[in-house]
Amino acid sequence: MSPDLLKLIFGRLGLESLPLHEPIVVGTFVVVALGGATLLGGLTYFRLWGYLWREWFTTVDHKRIGIMYMILGIVMLLRGFADALMMRGQQMLAFGGSEGYLNAHHYDQVFTAHGVIMIFFVAMPLVTGLMNYVVPLQIGARDVSFPFLNNFSFWMTVGGAVLVMASLFIGEFARTGWLAYPPLSNIGYSPDVGVDYYIWALQVAGVGTTLSGINLICTIVKLRCPGMTMMKMPVFTWTSLCTNILIVASFPVLTVVLALLSLDRYVGTNFFTNDFGGSPMMYVNLIWIWGHPEVYILVLPAFGIFSEVTSTFSGKRLFGYTSMVYATVVITILSYLVWLHHFFTMGSGASVNSFFGITTMIISIPTGAKMFNWLFTMYRGRIRYELPMMWTIAFMLTFVLGGMTGVLLAVPPADFVLHNSLFLIAHFHNVIIGGVVFGAFAGINYWFPKAFGFKLDVFWGKLSFWFWVVGFYLAFMPLYVLGLMGVTRRLRVFDDPSLQIWFVIAAIGAFLVFLGILSMLMQFAVSLLKREQLKDVTGDPWDARTLEWATSSPPPDYNFAFTPVVHDNDAWWDMKKRGYQRPLTGFRPIHMPSSTGTGVILAGLATAMGFGLIWYIWWLAAASFIAMLVVGIGHTFNYHRDFDIPADDVIRTEDARTKLLAGVK
Amino acid sequence: MSRLKILALLPLAVALSGCNYVVLAPAGDIAAQQRDLVIISTVLMLLIVVPVMALTVLFAWRYRQSNTAARYEPEWDHSTKLELVIWSAPLLIIICLGALTWMGTHLLDPYRTLGRIKAEQAVDQSKAPLEVDVVALDWKWLFIYPDYGIATVNDLAAPVDRPINFRITASSVMNSFYIPALAGQIYAMPGMETKLHAVVNHPGTYKGFSANYSGAGFSGMHFNFQGLDDKGFDAWIASAKSAGGSLGRAEYLQLEKPSQNEPVRRWGTIDSDLYRLILNMCVETGKMCQSEMMAIDAKGGAGHQGLNNTLPLSYDKYARRGTALGPEPTFVAGTCTPDAPQGKTTASITAPVDTAPLLGAGLKRPTFAPLKSSSFFLGQRPKSDS
Repeated sequence: MSPDLLKLIFGRLGLESLPLHEPIVVGTFVVVALGGATLLGGLTYFRLWGYLWREWFTTVDHKRIGIMYMILGIVMLLRGFADALMMRGQQMLAFGGSEGYLNAHHYDQVFTAHGVIMIFFVAMPLVTGLMNYVVPLQIGARDVSFPFLNNFSFWMTVGGAVLVMASLFIGEFARTGWLAYPPLSNIGYSPDVGVDYYIWALQVAGVGTTLSGINLICTIVKLRCPGMTMMKMPVFTWTSLCTNILIVASFPVLTVVLALLSLDRYVGTNFFTNDFGGSPMMYVNLIWIWGHPEVYILVLPAFGIFSEVTSTFSGKRLFGYTSMVYATVVITILSYLVWLHHFFTMGSGASVNSFFGITTMIISIPTGAKMFNWLFTMYRGRIRYELPMMWTIAFMLTFVLGGMTGVLLAVPPADFVLHNSLFLIAHFHNVIIGGVVFGAFAGINYWFPKAFGFKLDVFWGKLSFWFWVVGFYLAFMPLYVLGLMGVTRRLRVFDDPSLQIWFVIAAIGAFLVFLGILSMLMQFAVSLLKREQLKDVTGDPWDARTLEWATSSPPPDYNFAFTPVVHDNDAWWDMKKRGYQRPLTGFRPIHMPSSTGTGVILAGLATAMGFGLIWYIWWLAAASFIAMLVVGIGHTFNYHRDFDIPADDVIRTEDARTKLLAGVK
Repeated sequence: MSRLKILALLPLAVALSGCNYVVLAPAGDIAAQQRDLVIISTVLMLLIVVPVMALTVLFAWRYRQSNTAARYEPEWDHSTKLELVIWSAPLLIIICLGALTWMGTHLLDPYRTLGRIKAEQAVDQSKAPLEVDVVALDWKWLFIYPDYGIATVNDLAAPVDRPINFRITASSVMNSFYIPALAGQIYAMPGMETKLHAVVNHPGTYKGFSANYSGAGFSGMHFNFQGLDDKGFDAWIASAKSAGGSLGRAEYLQLEKPSQNEPVRRWGTIDSDLYRLILNMCVETGKMCQSEMMAIDAKGGAGHQGLNNTLPLSYDKYARRGTALGPEPTFVAGTCTPDAPQGKTTASITAPVDTAPLLGAGLKRPTFAPLKSSSFFLGQRPKSDS
């Protein structure tokens, strides 16, 4: 075929785009391909495709979508963590003239992919998954406000993840660091597909995140059950509300700044170029106007989880509910006023720097208040050390350290000597792992019995906990030390042999965390095998306080046969105290949304469009864009959007639960 | 003051344990003051962090389920007095830290000239500071000493106790100029200039590097910085002079091409206009300097005809490719204005002679020039010209 025709069909994609010269990537590909083939073969052999499609892929049930988000987050955690191990290995080995085992081309992709994956495709899905699962149950709703949109949002997030994963085997990922600062990320210095993968993966996933934010805000504002005023909402719902407000207000900034960067890269505009009036500093400002709120998007729901867990396992009302809520709101607002602290060293004046430094410090006041509130919730409580509570204590001890180094970095003159150093790396892993990841694990252990009807195995859970906590300290305390020795981030090789020991300790820590992840996977497997022993039929295994525990585990499709009425902010605790009797008669048909495959199809087309744009396969991009419009408009003519669960079905489900509960007593 | 001294001993103790904690035991007065701020802030925060951690452990132990002797009050969830304490204790600490931050940020502003050489030695204003122009290239550092007419790659030296004025720019992508022993870092950005004022107090050889990832050769982008006595510095200059060679526009265009792990290089003479040309991105002949462009724009621009004043880009240091859907890359051609406006570089903030220690108490010490409101929003100070 003529080269022109090939270029028309395949764009810049060719055989040379496959990284066949990288043995590590080829090896990974073989393993992934074999694993994938086994999985697909298994699904086909056991005839599970139809089940998966009907019950999971096309579902609009917020509970199933929440679970799928969690699975996505955990799968991507494996990929992101593999990158972390590779980095630790490289930095441990590359001393005394050794080049390590990764060349610059590969290493620079690894640290970029690690950051992007961990933030966008691990932390975000875990947090969104928990919100998706728990919020409607906590407010006594049957589903989210826009169930189809929820399904679509999830699949868009998957689409982004697929593009990132594709970059591993087809072409390359960005070599720019996870925020892709221009001029380095602009066409002049990164002409290859890496940055385009970065842009389109985030754009596709970003649509999902933004829509999911709108959906959850709407759900919380409009679908609360009777009696649940704003100041009677559970704290997790409050933090979810604030997080989703942050999402809706900040993700469009990311979308726009990436759109401007892609204009620079595709049509030669000069927003962020060095010449023709472009300003890379504008990009740095814009990306952090999204980036800083993003940190709070991740950590606020974690704060909510810790609030629920502390109060439940201390057997006590949350101390200072009102100040907890105001602290959350204050953090939400302040998180928009601090972005410049990420680049004090870009040459702003002292007045600007001190303004942003001081606003940053002010955030520590409401955060400190929250910490005290958890502390005084434990005070005069009866603390049960189940797994979620263990994660919470680990969080409290770890997070204050991370908070402290964070405030230290907010002092501009201190930042001038610590910025971009491994001290900074240690700081943000300290808050993200100590806050978000520990929070997600507390949440998983806490709500797992709600989602599946059996508790998680304690032995493997504790093993995972200790590996994670000890591994975390071993992995990141050395980085604080290295930062104080003036070692900067993203280095591939080192001269000074005295540094090596610290990198070795850090690598050992990372390996312990790896064991922690494996133990967690074991925990899931063992719990699944032992599910009869770990079974909970009450629906309330922790003697908890909020509404999600009022229904069965797992909850029926419709969540609550009758919408609950709330009188107190620990609604379920209040109901239990007042001798609440579950209604046994009077069931009526329940109006529910129907499943639809449109979300999967639209997200698939969006991913194909992204792929076409990345590789300059214009026909593919154009065709999938048009197909998206057609499918989107076509979906508006779908009138089978809802159905009623017949009263008989409701009666059957509720009777089954009555029998189960009777068996308990 | 005595408290500060005791604090300064702390890192010394750490450093003695065998490793080089350069951030905690630097050789320059600016870095030392930044170190002091690191330590004071940490101590201030420990005032609240330690009690919180202790209380966490205490409560977690005391109120465990098996300890039935401990009081249990499941309905207790509010105490106005406690709420006041838990909001005001962090607030008080942040007020102290905020005052210190405001003071420290102004007094240690990298754009501010030095008021003192070290703790008890004021700056001698009769002695001229050492001027050094720094250019971050892919992936090496070019240092130009305009007063001595020499230039080096990856080799920097300065006499002890003489203030150094750095003017910093870059050729292609963003880097960060950082010598931990000397002073905090500042970004080096193409087409823009940042500043750093510092002084080295102890002779020795220290590491300098880029602290902002800049691409494939980033790991090798480091250099040695030597603090020398006056005689040693003169000898260093003389040896550079004797290295011969001349760094002009043509040589620079060769030099700026990407290369990794560059050895030290020196030039005995330089084109005295070179730094200004680099900063204004017009080292190639025929390209319009940014200063000139901005001067034209400030007068209303060249109108529609100006759009045609571009030529196709035939040369670029970095295999620059055009965009997929956009026009071919171009550059703005220099016009034949006889006397291109000379680029004025950004002004420094002049500090008074001052040896007082850095404290937040009492505030009101820094003298500073208020920023123009237009640049305030973005915090956008780096600029080649006005």
